[in-house]
Amino acid sequence: MTQALWIAKTGLDAQQTRMAVVSNNLANVNTTGFKQGRAMFEDLLYQNVRQPGANNTQDATLPSGVTLGTGVRVVSTEKMFTQGSVVNTDRDLDVMINGRGFFEITRPDGTAGYTRDGSFQLDAQGQLVTSSGYALTDGITIPADAQSITIGVDGTVTVSLPGQASPSQVGQIQVTTFPNPGGLQPIGENLFVETASSGSPSAGTAGDSGNGSLQQGALEGSNVNVVSELVSMIETQRAYEMNSKAISTTDQMMQYVNNNL
Amino acid sequence: MDEMIYIAMTGAKQTEIAQSINSNNLANISTTGFRADLHAFSSLPVEGPGVDTRVNAVTDSYGTDLSAGALQSTGRASDVAITGNGYFAVQAADGSEAYTRRGDFRIEPGGLLTNGAGQLVIGEGGPVAVPPNSSLLIGNDGTISVQPLGQGPETVSIVDRIKLVKPDETQLTKGADGLLRLPDGEEAVADATVSVQSGMLESSNVNVAKTLVNMIELARQYEMQVNVIKSAEENADSAAQMMRLG
Repeated sequence: MTQALWIAKTGLDAQQTRMAVVSNNLANVNTTGFKQGRAMFEDLLYQNVRQPGANNTQDATLPSGVTLGTGVRVVSTEKMFTQGSVVNTDRDLDVMINGRGFFEITRPDGTAGYTRDGSFQLDAQGQLVTSSGYALTDGITIPADAQSITIGVDGTVTVSLPGQASPSQVGQIQVTTFPNPGGLQPIGENLFVETASSGSPSAGTAGDSGNGSLQQGALEGSNVNVVSELVSMIETQRAYEMNSKAISTTDQMMQYVNNNL
Repeated sequence: MDEMIYIAMTGAKQTEIAQSINSNNLANISTTGFRADLHAFSSLPVEGPGVDTRVNAVTDSYGTDLSAGALQSTGRASDVAITGNGYFAVQAADGSEAYTRRGDFRIEPGGLLTNGAGQLVIGEGGPVAVPPNSSLLIGNDGTISVQPLGQGPETVSIVDRIKLVKPDETQLTKGADGLLRLPDGEEAVADATVSVQSGMLESSNVNVAKTLVNMIELARQYEMQVNVIKSAEENADSAAQMMRLG
């Protein structure tokens, strides 16, 4: 059947996917450490109906030909790793990474996961865990009788214990960076996992050159820009409508043939 | 039956092709750096015995609309848009050099710089390779500098410079992969006058209003061709009826 119908259909598909990405961004506008996604489009292969430059006669070539594009597709839905806003919470165990890097946690299956969500809590053993209960790979245990917890910009965790004048260090939270964070795979629960395209993780001291520093008592808000998402939603909706108009116009053309011949 | 029906049929068929080109533009309304395809009809007289009345229609996609698209701010350091004329040089799947306005760059696992469609970006000497870094900057003239991973800001160094070209636009044709090329595999020379802006992306240059009006016009044109076919059918009908009376 007419190609125009299928071309317009690829447009609808792509805009639908973009709408899903925009909706997910808007739904996560209050998710700690969430990174905005964006759908990138690519035009599909072109078909040569009449080759430009082909010989029309022995000594004349066609100055232009007919190349038919076949539509569009979503080529990637990548994450934008820009810094989210600072939300001051003044809670001891809330830590924000200011700059590049992730907290490394151990998932239930023993593999590593990476997150920017630093709203830590303590489990029954006094271990630092994420809101989902996954322990930090650095394995930091806070003694039950700790009076106060201090997390330094370089990730050093110190606690003051009753009857002791000087605070004692219980561990250090490291940050892990990737050569290409855009290649990390989001798996939900604010977690990312390593892929072939992210490159391998390298753990280092927070605040060291290139690594982000830590800030206690603050959380990183979602980096979704609501205004730009809304504009993007309007654009998506209109583009969807226009593509559906292309389908109905093509349909009418064929209907006209059917009714009149 | 006479030629009339065939002439009208070519008209209708070519209008369908033009409608496909138009739909493709509409489908790529959100494709970064996309350049709209133009279409036109030309007449192809068919000479033969009898009166010269047969002129068929042929569709030409006579090129690509190379006007600039709107710039959208994204804030991502490796998103680059060209301000004014010029193109990024990229390596097509077959290894040849081609040109595009698509500047949503990223680093692939091997450290090579590619655009969003996965084509390698060409620098001063072949594809651009970017070492692991903690920050990447693209200057106004396409110079890429990085701060190597694990080192301080005093170590920022230039890695390469994106090949920016300003070829004769009348010579550029779009290939099957949507990239623009010069005829006969010719390569354009790097042009220092092309300037880019990072943190921005260029949107598709499809003009929505024009494309929609085109769509309506093509649909009506198609109906007219179908009407001619119908008239041809009616003519044949009445001729047949006349014969029956006799």
